[in-house]
This record gives sequence, C-alpha cells and structure tokens, in this order.
Amino acid sequence: MNAPIERTWKTVESGPHTLEGTLHPVVVKNYGKWKYHKMIKPGVMVHYGLSGDALYTVRAGTPRQNTVDLVRQICDLADQYADGFMRFTIRNSVEFMFSEESRIEPLIKDLEEIGLPVGGIANCVAPIAHTQGWLHCDIPATDASGVAKGVMDNLYDEFKTLQMPNKVRLSTSCCSINCGGQADVAIIVKHTRPPRIDHAKLSTLCELPKAVARCPVAAIRPTIVNNKRSLMVDEEKCIVCGACFGACPSMEINHPEHSQFAIWVGGKNSNARSKPQSMSLVAEGIPNNPPHWPEVNDVVGRILKAYKGGGKPWERMNEWIERIGWKRFFEESELTFEVDMIDSYRHARTTFNQSAHVRF
Amino acid sequence: MEDLKGAGSSGDDKENLDNEGKFLNHTPILDELEGGKWPSFISGFKELAERTEKPMIRGVMDQLEYSYKTKMGYWKGGLVTVKGYGAGIITRFSMIKDKFPEATEFHTFRVQPAPGLHYNTKMLREVCDIWEKHGSGFINMHGQSGNLQLIGIEQDKTQECFDELNQAGWDLGGAGATVRTAASCVGPARCEQACFDNLKVHEKVLKNYAGMTHRPEFNYKLKFKFSACPNDCANAIMRADVALIGTWRDSIQIEQEYVKEWIDEYGEDALFDQVVNMCPTKAISHKIGTSTIEIDNKNCVRCMHCINVIPKALSPGKERGASLLIGGKNTLKVGVNLGSMMIPFLKLDTDEEVEEFIEMMDEIIDWWDETGLDHERVGETIERVGMKQFLEAVGIEANIDMIVRPRDNPYYKKEYESAT
Repeated sequence: MNAPIERTWKTVESGPHTLEGTLHPVVVKNYGKWKYHKMIKPGVMVHYGLSGDALYTVRAGTPRQNTVDLVRQICDLADQYADGFMRFTIRNSVEFMFSEESRIEPLIKDLEEIGLPVGGIANCVAPIAHTQGWLHCDIPATDASGVAKGVMDNLYDEFKTLQMPNKVRLSTSCCSINCGGQADVAIIVKHTRPPRIDHAKLSTLCELPKAVARCPVAAIRPTIVNNKRSLMVDEEKCIVCGACFGACPSMEINHPEHSQFAIWVGGKNSNARSKPQSMSLVAEGIPNNPPHWPEVNDVVGRILKAYKGGGKPWERMNEWIERIGWKRFFEESELTFEVDMIDSYRHARTTFNQSAHVRF
Repeated sequence: MEDLKGAGSSGDDKENLDNEGKFLNHTPILDELEGGKWPSFISGFKELAERTEKPMIRGVMDQLEYSYKTKMGYWKGGLVTVKGYGAGIITRFSMIKDKFPEATEFHTFRVQPAPGLHYNTKMLREVCDIWEKHGSGFINMHGQSGNLQLIGIEQDKTQECFDELNQAGWDLGGAGATVRTAASCVGPARCEQACFDNLKVHEKVLKNYAGMTHRPEFNYKLKFKFSACPNDCANAIMRADVALIGTWRDSIQIEQEYVKEWIDEYGEDALFDQVVNMCPTKAISHKIGTSTIEIDNKNCVRCMHCINVIPKALSPGKERGASLLIGGKNTLKVGVNLGSMMIPFLKLDTDEEVEEFIEMMDEIIDWWDETGLDHERVGETIERVGMKQFLEAVGIEANIDMIVRPRDNPYYKKEYESAT
C-alpha cells in the first residue's frame, strides 16, 4: 500500500474526449464534403472529396484485448504512415488514413509484420464483436476472447478475401444478456439449468426484493432456510435466463457442463434492402469447450459455407434465408430443427406461419 | 519484486510453478491460444508481463488459466470509484484471492473516447504512459458500448490515475443505471453518405449528460448511439435506447453519367439483379438499352441499398437530417427490442437544434425515470405503459411513420366527458 498522495487536481467532468485534434488534416479539410468511395483491394479503400482530394484507408484486425505495447506499435505505424492519426471501428479494427497511395503496400507489410491482418471491409467476415468473459466479467459462463480467437483463426482467409455475398458480422457473448449483440451469426452462451442457491450467504449478499423483481416470469419467491431469509426458484417456471444472477451472486447459474452454446443467425442492423432484424436460434446444446471450441467452429463454418455458396451478391444472411426459406437453410447448413426453436415467449405469435405458404 | 516470483499459484496447480526463469507461471491451456493466424491476446499479455513484471498480470493470467481449466468465472463486483463519481470504474475482486493473491484486485476504467473512435498518437501514447504507470497495461479497444477500457488497477491507485487521465482531457464513461458512453460511426469525417454531423451531436449531447453519466440515478441504463445514415454502422437501432440515424427528405441525387459508367463496367443484367430488383419498394426503374435509371422518390424508403452499390452515381438528397428511434435494447428481459420510429426527420445542424433535441430528451428521461420500474429500459416502459400514454406525457405528436400498419383490434377508448 502506498501512502495516500495529496490531491491537487479538481475533476473536470468533460464527458467524451473532444473530436478536435483527433482528425487527419485531409479529413478536417474534407469534413462533410466527401464525394464517393471505392474498394481498392481487401482491407483498403479510397474516399474522394469534392475538393478532388483522395484519402486512402487501410483497415487491420486487432486482438481487441490489447496492451500498451501493441497500442504503442500501432501509434508508431500511425506516425510513420498516417501523419499521427488513426481510428477504430466498432468491430475492433484499426484504420489508418492518408493521402499517399505509395504508403499502402509498405503499411500493409508492416502491419502483417506485427501480426495484424489487413482486411474486414465490404463483403467478407468482419472481426467478432465480443464480450469480456472470464478475463474480467462477473457473470460469464465462458471466455468470449478465446472463442473469438478460435473462430477468427478459422475464418482468417474469409477476413482477408472478398468472397462472401455481403458483409458478415459475428458476435460472441458469455451469457444470454448478449452484450456482443445481434449479428449475422452469433455465438451465445445458453444456460440449461435453473440457478443454484447458496442459502447460507444469500441474505448477506443480495437485496431480496431486487432479485425477486428481476425475474421476468415471477419464478422467484422469498423463503426461510435454516432460520435465514433466502429465496427459492420455481424450477418449472424458470426460463434459465440468468437475470437473477446479475442481481444476486448467490444465485449461481453458470455451470461447466450445463452452460452451453447456442448459435443464432440473421441479425442485421442496417436498413439496406430489408428492415433491421433480430436473430433466430438455429443450433443449441453445443458444449463450452475451451480453449479451441471445435464444436462451435464446426457449426459456424457450416453456416458460412452454405451462405457463401448460396447467397446472391448483396444478400445478407437474413435475406438469403428469407429467399430460400428456413427449411432449406437448415438443410444446406446441415443443422437440425428442434421444437425449442419454436418461440414460446412473449412475442411468439409473430413468429408463427400464419398462412398456407409451405415449400415442399 | 524478485521474492514474489512464482507466488501466483498454489494448491493443486503446483505443476505450474516452475517456468524456466520466466516471470509468468506456466499457463499451458492459455498457451494454446497463441497458435493460429489471428492476433493472439494471450501472446500480447505474456509479452507485456515479461517486460513489466507486474504481479497483477501474473495473478490474472493464473486465474484465467484456472477459469479455462474449471470452466467457471471468478470475479465479483463491488464499489470502487473516484471522488464525486458513482460510476465509471468496473470493480473486480477475485473470488479466489487465497489461491491467486496477485489477482486480488483487477478494476477497470471505462474512458470516453472521442466520437467515432478517432485518435491522434500523442493522446493515445499519453494514455499508455499513464496506464502503464498505475495499472496493468491491458487496454481493451473497445468495450461494446464504445468505451476505451483500461483493464486492471488496484483501488488505492485509482484516484491518482484518474486525476492524470482527467488532466490529459479524458473523463470516465457510464456504468450501471446511468447515461452510458455513446458510440458513433465514422460520420462526415470520412463518409460521403453522412446525413448529419453525428460526431458533433454525439459530443454535445454526451457532454450535456456528463453528470448523468457519472452518477447512477435511473431505473437502468440509457444508451445513445449516432449513425450518420440508415446503413447504421454504429448499430444504433439495436444497441441504443436512443438512436439518431441520418436520413434525407428530398430526392436521391443522381449523376447519370456515372450510372452509365457502372453499367459499362458491370453490365445491364447486374443493374437489374443488384440494383433495380433489390430495391425494397420497387422504386427504381430502368429501360432496357438505355444507360440511365429513374427513382420514384415518393416511394423510396431511404434504405441506402442503391447508394451503397453505386456510390459514385447516387448520393443522399440535399435536405439532410436524422430520424429519432427509441427503445432499442438486447435480450434481457422481455426479449430483443429494436428501436422504433418516433420522429422521422429532425434537423440537427445548429446549436439551437441540438439544444431542442436535448430538451426533448430531458422530457423523455424524466418520464422514464418516474414511470419505469427497476431494471426497465425505456423501450420496455413504453411497451408496458403504452405508446399513446408515452407520447402524451412527453409531448411528441403521433405520426404515421411510427407504425407499420394501423391497429387490427378495436380495444381502445376515446376521451369523453363523464356525465357527473
């Protein structure tokens, strides 16, 4: 323990860092006055300003869980090639922008040398949006960083080449809250057993009414166990969502075997063509199998192979499935439709086939 | 520090102790993640640990190895913060500190980057230097809400570290029941399709709500996201309670000479397959043998597809602004909700217009704060209480863009004056 240091600074509640000073001079000059862009090669594009200026962008994947050493290496490259500026995408890629076409190839070479692959723009697999997992989260059933590493190892070539019908966005989450988000293919923990209650500690660790209120199906009730106030779960009612565990650490839902993976497809945020859409469950009961998660990789690989072979240019995953129908999606991805894939929750009726439309 | 070497492991992990003079203990399962072509976070952690010899990293690596072995997590929350703030640091204490004493504390700073995640190297190097001095040196770029996350610091170092970051122009982000750190796409900084200055609006709105970001006082979290066009690269519709998504009100701008250039390069079949037939409202027409297209702008829903395919020839119109969608959230607890349309067109060019938006948001936040239940996101509150009640309370006029079709049931009651 260090001795407390006398504080001389008064906090400035400044919110987000100012944008000023973070933009490349060519970006500042052409801000809001861009004309069009085009792809040059995987991971490289050019934007043209109304001024006639050209701005090249090179995008590279990162591990997301970075270190000061890697960030300094990235800064070295930004100083050398991008006049001291860079930005990051929401899928954890780093982008370097500059006006000199001659810098593209040397930058790519130097990026690959420090292990950062160039790609991820347009119709290819973008890096996985993922959560913190065992490294840092307080309620994780897995380590999303590890899953992401395994999946991207397998899809490395799909990140670096433009062979998909449209962009493919992936996500991974360590619990059903799904902080990783909706995606074309999402790999998400699915609990299969109700929480296990530590009656000895519950009343000292948890606000009981808060935990009761947290349950979406009113399955949690107060009780007394060994003269101590505690909670009980109606296991018939429980939908194993894990919401209570976030409010009360004595309601452990994670389990090395019973917390498994499910795969979801067809999430889309963009408004292009079809409306934004949430994902559908297409595979479940997949073991949480570190450090390589081969079963997860097998399912993701099958889905992407089918989409790559069957999707038409510009069709996102959901649009391809909409065109060919779910029955054929399951066939082509070699997956099995199961009764639990029929929705039984609040908006279930909106997912039923209220028509005589059937593909035989 | 020499005498601490090897102190990270005990109990049944004795086989991990000796690691050939290396600072870190053996982590055979984690080492498996060093293979493969994708950049390895484990390799990065190990290199940093061997250079800096920070015991915290060794302890965390040992605990992470143990998680991989036992398939369980071992962090618990708590209440570490800095003076005056109730949020912004994610507290992590090891649940098994007796086993891994070096991993006892591993708290995280959520730091708010500039909108659009733009950086210069000077500011980022400064963060690295401050962070290496006080913390583990792990930097997560970025968290799912859009934070620059500095992972791994001990409680007694947080205030000094924060003061240095704050003096360098950085502030903490949200956590828990606060306004959260926002996210934006690249915006007008590099994109010709940007329909409003989302980066400027992001900065103004979040600076306005800095107090609400730092002190948890709501029912639950409130997230803003700003996408400058309907491609929604910030994933605003799904990830944000309050989504501003750029759009335009007049006609798509067409330069027919570049339509011709595209047809010459890709062919007329491709124009039909990839543009005309993919328009969701069949608003694009093309006569065979010509080299032009026509767009029925009254029927265009501003989806962006044709503009994405032929960006040189097509651009959003000139009268640009943003749509406001409310209620986006992920799974917990009622299921996924995408944001739904509230106001189809807002101008956000001037400071006054942004102020007006903030005033409207104040009304919405007040209503949600008073009406919402514990752990209820604003979209869930609207669904539970009713859209009509929400609109009346916050003073937004009903408009037909809010719905995909009028109601199909008669169960509503008009206002009437009772006889007594």
